[in-house]
Amino acid sequence: MDNLNNLMQGFEDVIAPMNLLLALIGVLVGTAVGVLPGIGPAMTVALLLPITYGMEPVQAFIMFAGIFYGGMYGGSTTSILLNTPGESSSVVTAIEGNKMAKSGRAAQALATAAIGSFVAGTIATLLLVLVTPVVVDFAVSLGAPDYFALMLLSFIAVTSVLGASRIRGLISLLLGLTIGLVGIDTVSGQQRLTLGVPQLADGIDVVVVAVGIFAVGEALWVAAHLRRKPVEVIPVGRPWMGKKDWKRSWKPWLRGTAFGFPFGALPAGGAEIPTFLSYATEKRLTKHPEEFGKGAIEGVAGPEAANNASAAGTLVPMLAIGLPTNATAAVMLAAFQSYGIQPGPLLFEREASLVWVLIASLFVGNLMLLLLNLPLAPAWAKLLQIPRPYLYAGILFFASMGAYAVNAQPLDLFLLLLLGLLGFAMRRFGLPVLPLIIGVILGPRAELQGRRSLQLSGGELSGLVGGPVSYAVYTVIVLVLVWPLVRRFVVRPRTSPA
Amino acid sequence: MLAVSACGATADKAESGSGNTGDKPVTGLRIMVPNTPGSGYDVTARTVAQVMQDSKVASGAQVYNLPGAGGTVGLQRLVNEKGNGKLAMQMGLGVVGSSYTSKSAATLTDTTPLAKLIEEAGAIVVSKDSPYKTIDDLVTAWKKDPKKVAVGGGSSPGGPDHLLPMQLAEAVGIEPKKVNYISYDGGGELLPAILGDKIAFGASGFGEFLDQIEAGQVRVLAVTSEKPIDAVKDAPTLVDSGIDLVFTNWRGIVAPPGITDEQKKTWVDSLTTMHDSEQWKAELTKRGWTDAFITGDEFGSFLKEQDKSVADLLTELGLA
Repeated sequence: MDNLNNLMQGFEDVIAPMNLLLALIGVLVGTAVGVLPGIGPAMTVALLLPITYGMEPVQAFIMFAGIFYGGMYGGSTTSILLNTPGESSSVVTAIEGNKMAKSGRAAQALATAAIGSFVAGTIATLLLVLVTPVVVDFAVSLGAPDYFALMLLSFIAVTSVLGASRIRGLISLLLGLTIGLVGIDTVSGQQRLTLGVPQLADGIDVVVVAVGIFAVGEALWVAAHLRRKPVEVIPVGRPWMGKKDWKRSWKPWLRGTAFGFPFGALPAGGAEIPTFLSYATEKRLTKHPEEFGKGAIEGVAGPEAANNASAAGTLVPMLAIGLPTNATAAVMLAAFQSYGIQPGPLLFEREASLVWVLIASLFVGNLMLLLLNLPLAPAWAKLLQIPRPYLYAGILFFASMGAYAVNAQPLDLFLLLLLGLLGFAMRRFGLPVLPLIIGVILGPRAELQGRRSLQLSGGELSGLVGGPVSYAVYTVIVLVLVWPLVRRFVVRPRTSPA
Repeated sequence: MLAVSACGATADKAESGSGNTGDKPVTGLRIMVPNTPGSGYDVTARTVAQVMQDSKVASGAQVYNLPGAGGTVGLQRLVNEKGNGKLAMQMGLGVVGSSYTSKSAATLTDTTPLAKLIEEAGAIVVSKDSPYKTIDDLVTAWKKDPKKVAVGGGSSPGGPDHLLPMQLAEAVGIEPKKVNYISYDGGGELLPAILGDKIAFGASGFGEFLDQIEAGQVRVLAVTSEKPIDAVKDAPTLVDSGIDLVFTNWRGIVAPPGITDEQKKTWVDSLTTMHDSEQWKAELTKRGWTDAFITGDEFGSFLKEQDKSVADLLTELGLA
């Protein structure tokens, strides 16, 4: 294979000591910004751009690739340990991951996240080498109706995280959808629920919502109970993954990769939706349904693999047709341009060596991240031995810093506190918090794609269906909705498995 | 903020002698970028600061981001910094539009215009499989049924890619209100919609499509500049095609209201020296920017004219 030869050449270039050092700096910086909520890889690459002007393009991209992957690894750490997602794509990880941490299995959660990220990253990068042209043609053929169908499927998947009480889950989802409405409507340009505050015109950042509801809400909840309960220190437990953990993790890693990669490659796919779908799938397929909601390792392994695979998928349209599908890719695209390189359909021909070095550096960076994160997992887990008052004071500090860092708006701190109170109230009244976050992420996208479909069809309802993927997805939706009914009425009740 | 203004007030006495001649670098300048790092405005401002540094016009000019509401959060701050001669804001046509769509209390007519730096012509593009071969084909079909001929652009209502098709519609006699404009999140989302024939045509800066044009994946029906563009030689201008419209998306720099003439002169002189430097010329070539340098009052009247035409159009659309 020609591509594989090129890739080997790329590896030879990456192995140079200077390049390895830059890759290491990249993954370290990436992990650091991933850990800090609010500061994402996109902003970091943008701020580093001026510094890299003096470097060779190849060297700059080796570093950026490290930051890109490092951010995805780091995001899960705070999700698991502190219930504070660093990025919106690691929100789902917090559900099971933090429960695992609280029951003394933090190291296992971190390890399955790290290994899962490595497995997914490696497979997805390999796919990047092999299938790029096919995936791009497919991605471009998708239109608004296809995306709308995918959003509907995601909403169905959400029902699996609604919790024990459907009505409470739906209330939470509706709260999220409402928060998602805030801002200028992109279709008509009208302001919605902004109360005349100009800072609200861009909407409320998902990171602020997630950090407020999860971290601040949790800190307030713990503070409210601290006096009544004796102060207990969370046990750290065994530092390594056991045989059973491996056995329960490897399938979710692969399935997560299968969800993440295609979504990353889609122009409006993103890293969040595949994590929802992965979580819903694992919950459905698991042999240990009783553990879900209490710290099931599958619920960490799957979504973490999904968000890393999606990161690699993002590079497919960027390298192949110069199409950025997320903020980090957009900034990397700007970096290409600042070196006088025009990414696009001709990139692979014109700058072949640069592209292959970039791809080779993804493999190297991924391996470095695994070697860096695995030994660190038990060390990170010890963070939880900090007595709770200090631990939660630290969480509040990082949460506020993260929320402020998103847009440098003091208003975001007030919003954070308000959302924290909401999160506290929701815990008080037993409302699950996850549907809210999903509402904030999915609501605006579903609305946009739905309305765009209708705009394209000139207002005809038939415009909501169309395109190969939409048919396939609607079929899946029907099957998912109808199957339980069919099973209940048609199939004779035998010994039910769960 | 107080500290910054105070320092600005004491420092300008010291350099009122030196700023004009340009022999000593101006210090303490700050350029605000009203949107996120990595955006077009951000890259422009950071390049300006870098070139100012390299050509010894100003030393340590600082660039910072204050994003929000399409640039109007930054605009409001700039207007509040009345009399601060050390501060300037990177802006462009997009901020003009959003100052109306987000119903901002502060407007660009409140600011002190310093200089227009660069501009980019727009392009009307279709996919290679599109039935429209010329701009005439497109306009004929568009006039017949504006609702069915959907146009996509990479900006939200009020932004440059929205203003372009609206002005084009007006120029060919279609009521802007009837235009079926679909807003995409930047050129990255717009491109697949064009390639996949989801929309009838796209309107955006021509730089977004250079590579796709070369690869033959998209066809440019017309460019919106006064003269044809070297990079897309085959495409006629709108004017050459008999449509009376010239449209460019431009970027410039404005200062807070109420600064002294001296302070304004320091800025304009610094920017002029920056613009005349070899480094800036190299940056223009490297980034594919078109030089469109005008300063002071000339930029002021240009800005006023743009402000009015955007305001009229958006009022007609019910957005202002």
